[in-house]
Amino acid sequence: MHVQPKYLPLRQSDFFADGRGSRTPPEGTVARGQLREDTYLHTGLIDGKPGDTMPFPATREVLERGRERFDIYCAPCHSRLGDGNGMIVQRGFRRPPSFQEPRLRQAPLGHFFDVMSNGFGVMPDYAAQVNPRDRWAIAAYIRVLQFSQNAPASALPAGQQMPSPSPLQVPSTAPSVPERKE
Amino acid sequence: MAQVFHRSTNTISRVSIALSVVAVAVFFFAAEQVQRSPYTSWRGVARTQAVPFSHQHHVGGLGIDCRYCHTTVEVSSFAGIPPTKTCMNCHAQIWTNAEMLAPVRESFRSGKSLVWERADQIPDFVYFDHSIHINKGVGCASCHGPVDRMPLMYAENSLQMEWCLNCHRAPEKFLRPRSEIFDMRYEPPSGEKPLEVDGKKFADQQSLGTYLKTKYRVRSVNDMTSCDTCHR
Ligand code: HEC
Ligand code: HEC
Ligand code: HEC
Ligand code: HEC
Ligand code: HEC
Ligand code: HEC
Repeated sequence: MHVQPKYLPLRQSDFFADGRGSRTPPEGTVARGQLREDTYLHTGLIDGKPGDTMPFPATREVLERGRERFDIYCAPCHSRLGDGNGMIVQRGFRRPPSFQEPRLRQAPLGHFFDVMSNGFGVMPDYAAQVNPRDRWAIAAYIRVLQFSQNAPASALPAGQQMPSPSPLQVPSTAPSVPERKE
Repeated sequence: MAQVFHRSTNTISRVSIALSVVAVAVFFFAAEQVQRSPYTSWRGVARTQAVPFSHQHHVGGLGIDCRYCHTTVEVSSFAGIPPTKTCMNCHAQIWTNAEMLAPVRESFRSGKSLVWERADQIPDFVYFDHSIHINKGVGCASCHGPVDRMPLMYAENSLQMEWCLNCHRAPEKFLRPRSEIFDMRYEPPSGEKPLEVDGKKFADQQSLGTYLKTKYRVRSVNDMTSCDTCHR
């Protein structure tokens, strides 16, 4: 009874040659809930080019989901701000570009989706760890990050124009560095 | 006729009756202690692994979230053990020559699975599900202990039925807000450090737990301790 002749996830098997109880589906079959239809949600492509729209509305819940997923899967390298100074980079991983780069600010949403789904250069893909809906949520949140660090003062809600420094806040002005003369 | 038994036999028989009661008691006490001890439950015994993977380094030191590796813990009964590819996400570039990581690289090259020794395991006749615990406000640390301080994984708790029931009988002693589930350093609210949830301040675990129990609609103690919840 303690060890029953059944397979639990990842349990070793002496029946299959490779010793795995959890089987990969044979070529050409689709497991339940794993259908990858050739739609925008799964490819991020419109007529072969990365699209710049969301396949579903970016509501507040979607953005918050995006933030949570970004902080789990991307922040170790890209940092929570998206500036590319994450912990793993500090330990020697190649430094990714900041999301504030003009090229990435102009990149369509579908490009971010594609980077997560297929990897990019030395960056691994996250297709196995993040499902397509969450990948879109992260892409939308990257837009939030890009906006938040470039927001015009007029976009702040009334009453928040100049956040008064409270003891909890880090002062927003950096220590003044003398300007370098050529 | 001479007495068959010497007078001292009276004492001996009384003492031996008393001793046999004590012996039975000692036997049961010892058996119970053995049953609850790490000897049976393996509690607190660190497992040696082919690759000395350290949660202390990766979680405590690097701040990686549990879900980076245990991807299905929120949605499935099984928390998920990361495939070799997940390690290679970083180790394709970091510590690429480390002897310690040779089995990981070998596994990635050959496609053969890494084999891990399990630290937490309950018998096959017990049903357990991670997702419901996570979604009803039970933190990883309530069951697995201070994972961020474990150089090698060990079971913090016995995982015996008594231990499960301890919580199922009074879940309010352990519940925390869902946002704190993955926080290994979470401390229950206290007088000095109250916790604010939904605009209300809580200064002790009892009131917080009772509030969360209603908020997350935790089922009745009757339901949770019924045998067929765990033995189905
Ligand atoms: C293990 C570290 C690591 C993680 C985790 C990581 N990235 Fe990257 N990322 C990189 C590196 C390194 C590059 C630069 C790749 C290159 O230029 O070869 C990069 C590049 C990028 C780029 C820029 C592509 C371009 O056009 O230049 C985007 C967008 C990106 N990552 C998004 C993400 C998202 C979204 C996640 C989370 C799902 C993520 N990354 C997680 C390391 C990482
Ligand atoms: C970098 C990947 C990674 C991260 C992050 C991670 N783990 Fe793990 N975890 C593993 C691996 C690999 C194993 C199997 C080897 C072992 O037991 O040490 C494991 C094993 C475990 C086990 C033991 C399972 C068993 O039955 O032996 C527990 C419990 C656990 N992890 C909890 C956590 C918690 C809680 C967190 C978040 C605080 C976490 N892990 C973060 C990779 C990770
Ligand atoms: C998000 C990136 C990341 C992932 C994923 C990751 N590691 Fe690491 N690992 C590191 C870094 C960075 C170090 C170096 C630690 C340091 O410099 O403090 C390291 C160090 C190690 C070490 C040696 C150092 C030590 O004392 O622990 C081992 C062994 C190791 N990792 C195993 C693994 C295994 C096995 C996996 C897959 C389950 C894994 N790692 C996944 C980033 C990662
Ligand atoms: C209610 C207690 C409880 C909580 C909360 C809990 N676990 Fe577990 N965990 C267990 C038990 C019991 C097992 C052994 C399951 C088995 O043998 O089937 C286990 C096993 C595991 C394993 C091994 C793989 C598996 O699923 O069997 C990992 C990894 C793990 N837990 C990680 C986590 C993480 C990460 C969290 C927090 C998000 C967490 N656990 C929260 C009780 C718990
Ligand atoms: C720290 C508290 C805690 C511990 C320890 C704990 N549980 Fe639970 N468990 C809960 C809570 C809270 C629920 C949610 C009840 C509900 O459905 O409202 C729950 C629900 C369950 C369910 C119901 C799942 C379903 O889908 O109906 C099962 C089965 C279960 N637990 C098994 C176990 C087993 C087995 C153990 C011991 C290995 C255990 N639990 C240890 C708190 C705990
Ligand atoms: C909260 C979950 C839970 C509930 C409810 C529960 N059990 Fe258990 N039970 C367990 C776990 C976990 C074990 C395995 C303990 C171990 O590791 O030996 C167990 C083991 C047992 C065993 C021992 C079997 C053996 O061979 O060691 C018996 C008998 C048993 N349970 C009977 C019951 C009965 C009767 C009830 C209802 C009154 C009940 N259980 C309710 C979780 C539960």
